Amino acid sequence: MQKLLLLGAEAIAQGALDGGMSGIYAYPGTPSTEITEFVQASKEAIERKVHSQWSANEKTAMETALGMSYAGKRTMVCMKHVGLNVAADAFVNAAITGVNGGLLVTVADDPSMHSSQNEQDSRFYGKFAMMPVLEPSNQQEAYEMAYFGFQLSESLKVPVLIRITTRIAHSRAGVERKEVMNENTLVLPDDMRQFVLLPAIARVRYKTLLKSQEAFERSSEDSPYNQFVEGPNKKLGIIACGIAYNYLMEHYPQGCEYTVLKISQYPIPRKQVMELEALCDEIMILEEGYPLVEELLAGYFRKGKTVHGRLDGSLPRDGELNPDLVGKALGFDVSLDEKVADIVANRPPSLCVGCGHRDAYSALNEAMKEHGDGHVFSDIGCYTLGALPPYESINSCVDMGASITMAKGASDAGLRPSVAVIGDSTFAHSGMTGLLDAVVEGTSMTVIISDNETTGMTGGQHSAANGKIEEICKGIGVDPAHIRVVVPHRKNHDEMVQMMKEEFAYEGVSVIIPRRECIQTLARRKRKEAKQKS
Amino acid sequence: MKTDIIISGVGGQGILSISAVIGMAALDNDLHMKQAEVHGMSQRGGDVQSNLRISSEPIYSDLISLKGADLILSVEPMEALRYVPFLSESGWVVTNTTPFKNIDNYPSDEALMDELNSHPHVVLVDADAIAKDCGSARASNIVMLGAAAPFLGMPFEALEAGIRKIFGRKGEQIVDMNLKALRAGKEVAERVVANAQ
Ligand SMILES: Cc1ncc(C[n+]2csc(CCOP(=O)(O)OP(=O)(O)O)c2C)c(N)n1
Repeated sequence: MQKLLLLGAEAIAQGALDGGMSGIYAYPGTPSTEITEFVQASKEAIERKVHSQWSANEKTAMETALGMSYAGKRTMVCMKHVGLNVAADAFVNAAITGVNGGLLVTVADDPSMHSSQNEQDSRFYGKFAMMPVLEPSNQQEAYEMAYFGFQLSESLKVPVLIRITTRIAHSRAGVERKEVMNENTLVLPDDMRQFVLLPAIARVRYKTLLKSQEAFERSSEDSPYNQFVEGPNKKLGIIACGIAYNYLMEHYPQGCEYTVLKISQYPIPRKQVMELEALCDEIMILEEGYPLVEELLAGYFRKGKTVHGRLDGSLPRDGELNPDLVGKALGFDVSLDEKVADIVANRPPSLCVGCGHRDAYSALNEAMKEHGDGHVFSDIGCYTLGALPPYESINSCVDMGASITMAKGASDAGLRPSVAVIGDSTFAHSGMTGLLDAVVEGTSMTVIISDNETTGMTGGQHSAANGKIEEICKGIGVDPAHIRVVVPHRKNHDEMVQMMKEEFAYEGVSVIIPRRECIQTLARRKRKEAKQKS
Repeated sequence: MKTDIIISGVGGQGILSISAVIGMAALDNDLHMKQAEVHGMSQRGGDVQSNLRISSEPIYSDLISLKGADLILSVEPMEALRYVPFLSESGWVVTNTTPFKNIDNYPSDEALMDELNSHPHVVLVDADAIAKDCGSARASNIVMLGAAAPFLGMPFEALEAGIRKIFGRKGEQIVDMNLKALRAGKEVAERVVANAQ
């Protein structure tokens, strides 16, 4: 078959489609977004009616996928790493219920935080939930792990976590496809109590999960993705996990002189690790992310063979690996000099010219003048750029939804005014429940839902609350007299400032909705309309 | 054969269409290729780059080493300078000269040109003007691609075929205009290389 030129994220989508997937569930988040977008655009997926609509958040996505698995079909749920924090309750318990149809949880980590607020390593979640984890080292492997992953999940009777990182998600290479497998037919679980985690049943299911660990480990030891290659030089044995394997082999295109264990399936393959330990004087561990394998093998007392990696300073403790850092750890003479000419200036990302968030912040800054700095809690989205010059309007960005709840806590502590700024998609994701808390207590605070009618930051996906925001606020119990909508535009500046001042003075929950379509989605829509006309 | 290229510019300038043409040409010539892109946050007017690796042998790393690139191909002059630490000693800088100024502390034209010209192997291309002469300012990316052609280690016909594939749906006229832009860019680079020898 001819090779397709695919991003790692797209390779996973294609692999899942070819592996018989019936539905994909996700909330967007860099670097995972392209997986679902690929399925949404795939002709075959549309013909097969593979579900691919966005979910309101990662938890609803995870649970919906679990429901599809319950009904016997193969399904994937995708998210960025911090999304797994949101989905964690469902995720951890899904290991205990087990699956019926194959269930793959694809999580994209972002070491070096290219577009994230932390660099947490999802392999720990896999270990925590006691699930098998797959970690592709290249695009072809990404394809195959998704393709064969459903079978693995079905044969081990447990969800399988596929962990990727930015570098593989957003890098393209040629990928060879396999024959398309049929989708499963609808079939209920054999044991109708499998998914009922009442304590008495949960205890039994948990013991089953514990007992399965041996089978999971054996599966890792026999996995085609875990490769052991003995080298002539026994001074060092190298364990390279996932994409770190590439940075190792970049220095040994003709084959490595040391013994190498490539790990791309967990739990850690004990047999091969023991073999490596017996064979080599010292051990070097290369992993993209936290030192998970290293911590385990080095041990608290460091009494075994010397282990090198991120903990002993051979590699930096944080940030993404690259060929130079790995080369240096291996003793190669590499350049680490990144100094650029003094005249090269930084270009921080900024809000687009013409963006409605700009007008909302201009008004907010003026309305806030009499109160001073420190009253505005914000959230995650394009509008977070309001933290940077020229606006410098906001004082927090922690996790999706935290603007509203933090503003409530600060108001409870006596801060007046206490203001939240949140986007429409973030509000739908996890702002609504916090607003309910505030309404229940009649907290004195103002929530600005800066509505650009899309999920802007991640490229303009459908926003779940689109067209429903006022109704949702009313339904939650906000006084309709204090739900105010305005078009954020320079010509409405004074009106907006006045509106904010009034609501800041109100002792209760108020909502201001500056609403104007994202100029990026607007431009795209105009281009499409023009194309359809011609 | 092995060519490591860093393509750079500012979010929204469309560097990905350049890598798409090169990537397609590479696959059609049975070469291995890997291309790491930047998506997300930095696309909002920030600096963006793509690591493009082409080789007749299998490629491991998605990222290019410091001092490892054979070519920096930039659609913006200051952005070319940002990646000079990645350039090998014999590598070339091929850049558009039209600045994209969305920050207050953008360097002066003079300082910028001095810095670029201090580099031993540099091809400066007024791609916007050349593209306009060829029929559309929007083809300036393709002019830059043409200017990179002598350094790619691939037959020029492969790039022409890539252009035909990518623009084919838009009609003969657009294809011809882009082919003209591609050739015009190549001529500029060839002249500079000839003078350097
Ligand atoms: C738990 C979690 N999921 C996903 C993301 C990725 N993400 C960051 S901002 C954002 C969308 C924000 O959309 P919206 O609130 O409408 O604001 P806009 O960007 O349109 O201004 C997403 C999906 C994240 N940071 N955290």
